[in-house]
Amino acid sequence: MRNKFLPLVLMSTITIGSFLFNTARAEEPVSLTIDIEIPQIQVAEYHRPYVAMWLANERQQAVADLGVWYDIALANQEGEKWLKDIRQWWRRSGRTLSFPVDGVSGATRAPGTHQVTFHDIAADGTKFSELPAGKYFLHIEAAREVGGREMLSFPIQLPLQETLVVEQTGETELGLVSATFTRM
Amino acid sequence: MKKRILLTLPILLLAATPEAMAHRAWLLPSSTVLASDQPWVTIDAAISNEIFHLDYRPMGTSSLQVAGPEGSSPELTNTFTGKFRSHLDLQLAESGTYKVYTASHGLNARWVDENGERGGYPQRGQQGTTEGLQAAIPENTQELTISEFSRRIETFMTSGAPDDHALEPTGKGLELNPITHPNDLFSGETATFQLLIDGEPAVGAEIEIIPGNTRYRDTQEQITTVTDGEGMLNVTWPQAGMYWFNATYTDNQAVAPATQRRGSYTATLEVLPE
Repeated sequence: MRNKFLPLVLMSTITIGSFLFNTARAEEPVSLTIDIEIPQIQVAEYHRPYVAMWLANERQQAVADLGVWYDIALANQEGEKWLKDIRQWWRRSGRTLSFPVDGVSGATRAPGTHQVTFHDIAADGTKFSELPAGKYFLHIEAAREVGGREMLSFPIQLPLQETLVVEQTGETELGLVSATFTRM
Repeated sequence: MKKRILLTLPILLLAATPEAMAHRAWLLPSSTVLASDQPWVTIDAAISNEIFHLDYRPMGTSSLQVAGPEGSSPELTNTFTGKFRSHLDLQLAESGTYKVYTASHGLNARWVDENGERGGYPQRGQQGTTEGLQAAIPENTQELTISEFSRRIETFMTSGAPDDHALEPTGKGLELNPITHPNDLFSGETATFQLLIDGEPAVGAEIEIIPGNTRYRDTQEQITTVTDGEGMLNVTWPQAGMYWFNATYTDNQAVAPATQRRGSYTATLEVLPE
């Protein structure tokens, strides 16, 4: 019986929420594919960059974590010490999390292009289709030990009107980054 | 002999000018925003002319204290005092915001006696008492100012998510009530702070904010402002770096026998790049 009622309760909560705050929701499931190029960098001491990707709302509040690549294998969680250097992500999301984060934490990646895909469900479990309609930013931030830091940001609008392909090329720590948002 | 006097004289004069009092006291943390489990920070405590440059003398450590998030019991360790700085370590054992500080308050007096001699109590670097003050003031003074003073120097560090427990004002002396969290400062953004005197808005407090490393430039590049009718001020950080934040406040709302209330507040704030 309880299980049957729960969706009803949730539904009515959402209805009240929508009524009070006039927050229409994106509703359409969205598939997101991100290709991230980690550039080859010729330096005496090279470490793979720490990379974080997340979705933020118009006020820059993180609404969905899409991944954080860091030195997860170091002894005594030593690798976590440098997470703060992905500083916008640390401020907006990282500092409130406890590590490792299931589904979000991952190992650093070698130079080359890496692809991640989300079928409406972000790495942290957030459903794109449940986000309120509005303006969002997809942020990709990279910080490299004894190197630099760079962030690329893509403004997007939910609900999605049509397939959206966006790309930017970083200048230092990121190569070509492209993101494809598709209605499922 | 004559030569020696000539040499000493300018130095004595210099010591009496206000510029000689411009030494700045500060606590400089190695990091202010930290990740990982139970991170450590190291803190320099010194008094200098150039901001964050060790050019004068160490700050005493006996009055340094630390506050942390609710339920934490942080301790300052590895305390050491050298020629130019004192040093201490702090482990941020719980997630949240920590504050290392020194705060003092009391009475002091300045006078000109019947013979025109200037005097004061307590002596520089000494701790005064009300009884001592009353005993020290001469019978017949031409001028006498008794001030209630407060002095606070602090800095902030956060492990993980910031919280406000350590930032609660005590209601005593000149204090910062940070509207913007002091470990959430970014270049190009505007921070809002309130200054409080004995728990009430400190209206008209004079604020001076100086970016660190003054040694490597020709000008102080200070930002000066005055708190508004609610004791509030806004500052837009021109660049990332460590900043020396200083507020001074004076009014005549003191409790007798004091006639003047004076407060000095100093904080070291780190502003991160956007």
